[in-house]
Amino acid sequence: MSAHAGPVHHAEAPKGWIRHYIFSLDHKVIGLQYILLGLSAVTIGMILSLIVRLHLVWPNLHIWGFANGIVSPEDYLRVVTMHGTLMVFFVLTTVPQSGFGNYFLPIQIGAPDMAFPTINMLSFWTTFLALIVLLASAFVPGGSSISGWTAYAPLSAVGQIAGPGQGLGQTLWVVSIALFCGGSLMSAINFLGTTIDLRTKGLSLMRLPLTVWGWFLTACLALLAFGVLLAACILLLLDRLAQTSFFIPSNLDVSGVLLHHAGGSPLLWQHLFWFFGHPEVYIAILPGMGIISHVLSTFSRKPVFGYKAMVYSLSAIGFLSFAVWGHHMFISGMNPYSALAFSILTLVIGVPSAIKTFNWLGTLWGGRIHFTASMLFAIGFVSLFVTGGLSGIFLAQPALDLYLHDTYYVIGHFHLIMGVAAIFAMFAASYYWFPKMFGRHMDETLGKIHFWCTFVGVYCIFMPMHYLGYVGDPRRYSSIESVNYLLRLHSVHYFISVAAFFTAGAQLLFYWNFFWSMKHGKPAEQNPWHATTLEWSVSTPVPHDNFAGNYPTVYRGPYEYSVPGAAEDYIPQHIAPGLVAKA
Amino acid sequence: MSSRKSCAGSAVAAVMFAIVLLILVASTLFLHMDHIWWFPPAITPVGHQIDQQFFITFIVTGIVFVLAQLALAWMVFRYRDQGRRARFVRGSHVLELVWTTITLVIFVGLGVMAAHAWGEVHFGGPSPGALQVEVTGVQFQWNFRYPGPDGKFGRIVPKDIDASVGNPLGLDPSDSAAKDDIVVPDLYLPVDRQIELMLRSQDVIHSFFVRELRIKQDCVPGIIIPIHFSVSKIGDYEITCNQLCGLGHYHMHAMLHVLSQADFAKWEKQQEAQNAQ
Repeated sequence: MSAHAGPVHHAEAPKGWIRHYIFSLDHKVIGLQYILLGLSAVTIGMILSLIVRLHLVWPNLHIWGFANGIVSPEDYLRVVTMHGTLMVFFVLTTVPQSGFGNYFLPIQIGAPDMAFPTINMLSFWTTFLALIVLLASAFVPGGSSISGWTAYAPLSAVGQIAGPGQGLGQTLWVVSIALFCGGSLMSAINFLGTTIDLRTKGLSLMRLPLTVWGWFLTACLALLAFGVLLAACILLLLDRLAQTSFFIPSNLDVSGVLLHHAGGSPLLWQHLFWFFGHPEVYIAILPGMGIISHVLSTFSRKPVFGYKAMVYSLSAIGFLSFAVWGHHMFISGMNPYSALAFSILTLVIGVPSAIKTFNWLGTLWGGRIHFTASMLFAIGFVSLFVTGGLSGIFLAQPALDLYLHDTYYVIGHFHLIMGVAAIFAMFAASYYWFPKMFGRHMDETLGKIHFWCTFVGVYCIFMPMHYLGYVGDPRRYSSIESVNYLLRLHSVHYFISVAAFFTAGAQLLFYWNFFWSMKHGKPAEQNPWHATTLEWSVSTPVPHDNFAGNYPTVYRGPYEYSVPGAAEDYIPQHIAPGLVAKA
Repeated sequence: MSSRKSCAGSAVAAVMFAIVLLILVASTLFLHMDHIWWFPPAITPVGHQIDQQFFITFIVTGIVFVLAQLALAWMVFRYRDQGRRARFVRGSHVLELVWTTITLVIFVGLGVMAAHAWGEVHFGGPSPGALQVEVTGVQFQWNFRYPGPDGKFGRIVPKDIDASVGNPLGLDPSDSAAKDDIVVPDLYLPVDRQIELMLRSQDVIHSFFVRELRIKQDCVPGIIIPIHFSVSKIGDYEITCNQLCGLGHYHMHAMLHVLSQADFAKWEKQQEAQNAQ
């Protein structure tokens, strides 16, 4: 723990506007840059999801931006692909980890900055470039890719003949994801180095806030997973541009053209993709789990129930996440015996997830719950996590996946547990840390209205999708008119679309609250929530080197709330035992 | 945070949570039991096994779902800020051990039980004398090939693939075994007979799905994947593609006609006669 010799970090912020706000080396500015990047991506991604919902219910509606105003089947797939890619990579992977993590990890461990500030800047700008390349793919001839965010080969490998968007659009998609991998790898190294080397005096591993554990383990996962995806992207690019055949088998006849590729395996892409793809689910949710534990503890005024169990279960999830990718491939043609192994391992990963849920309930138990907007989102997260997690128990069984695979049941499942739950964690984090980031509070009343509309809204969107799945409605269908048994589902789709518009509308409250409160919100004290961790020990706005040269010493664990004998119901980590006021 | 203000906000939020979570639990249970939107009846023995497994899983997860959501609602209501100090508890090794063991046993137990139905579908082959049909996916339609009177599938030559001249699969004209092969755009099967489908694709990945069979299987170019079953109910069922295969994915559709054994024999004769012309 050689705390302060590490990074070269001048106590004075750089003077120039460009060095301060654009090419900044400051983890706080970079964190904000990531958050704004994610906010832009989520806005586009949400608008795209509304186009999906509009098209499914009113296919003849004229929508601005499409040829003749009509969303064609290929447009629909472009929209679906872009929505998935933006949300998974540029929102769920980016904001909880690189956004909030960048901003608060160094402060929570008592460090002046990330271990490698220049690499930090480079990761952000690489990620930014990846986003630009992805968005640019919408404007090239043929448009953007139609192969879904999973880009299964050979559809993604054989080029323009497989369909519109599979030419340059798909190439740019692959380049974008490869760049994103690069950015994420650099970021992961930075998070690992920082957590291991820059903790302040007294901050042992078992005194780390669970947020830090979440970010640290996520970085471990990212380091191992994104390397594999990067390799897969390079192989796919070679197949597309250099006529190799990693993923393309012999004798393909696509659109009447006999291809000259030979010897590749489409399943290889799926194995590589999901070897990344499943840890990716946890890359999206582990930081959220940390944030939720942190917020639940703060506003229950209680220590996190079973802190060590939380750390071990996070680690177990991280470890097991590399052994379950095959559950995405039960019906892919992979060896059916391996399906059983993947099935059991997937059910086993449900155990640490259940442990976390029990411990969250245990944290609430006997507490003194303050219903702040942040806390509402944290409680909502627990409910969503239970619901989304239990549908996973169905999908983890290959016999049931035989029916449910690639239906809306899966869409309902992963949106609840990966999408919406992670977004609830981001909302909880936003309302919680906003006072530290901007010195002002977000409006609590607006925040609570935002929560209730969103909480009810997302359940109304994603619960009915499970019933669509029972009827056998396949995902990625631009129309349900060609299949007789789907015709009766119009009413359900209609309900979902209305709920989606309602929920999206409610997000305007958040945008307004976020940007309005930066300038006009109620001024915040240094420690408005009476919380214990180090980010609340520094003044607001946070000094350029976080601690203005006075690096703290940590004396205790991170969640010392309502300790018997103490005057206050919280004891910050950095207060020396002798200085704690007695009751 | 003045404590009086947070008390006032407390009751409202706590009651709201209780209401929303109760509605969630009640509506979910109702919709799962009323079967408004539900699976069609299964038509294969393994289909019934799968339904049984679904039911067991539903009971187990349903109980957990109800208990967990109601526990959350109760905690939130019961422990809303009423001015008293929170109880100082760090955790409980006993509880951790108890809930870890229980969930491990339940989850893994479900997985072990489900293995049987999966094995029925994928381990071991069809019984001897099964009717073999080759299923080929191509953007954006299905082709079904029967071996014809000689019982042998003819050779396929990819360069001969040409749907416009009536050879969508590329059957080799010089192979005598290919001459009597029957190729049709819908699937006809006899009832109560062991069937083996051999799934393949000409271009990208497709997925063969018939709801009533309870079987979905990707068709992967470069490999042939067999599945087997026997159907116990005469009728017409829809075949859809379930793996994104391009812009026409949503209309890649065919019918499965399950005929009585006599009707199927008649249909086969008819096709053979047509082929001979």
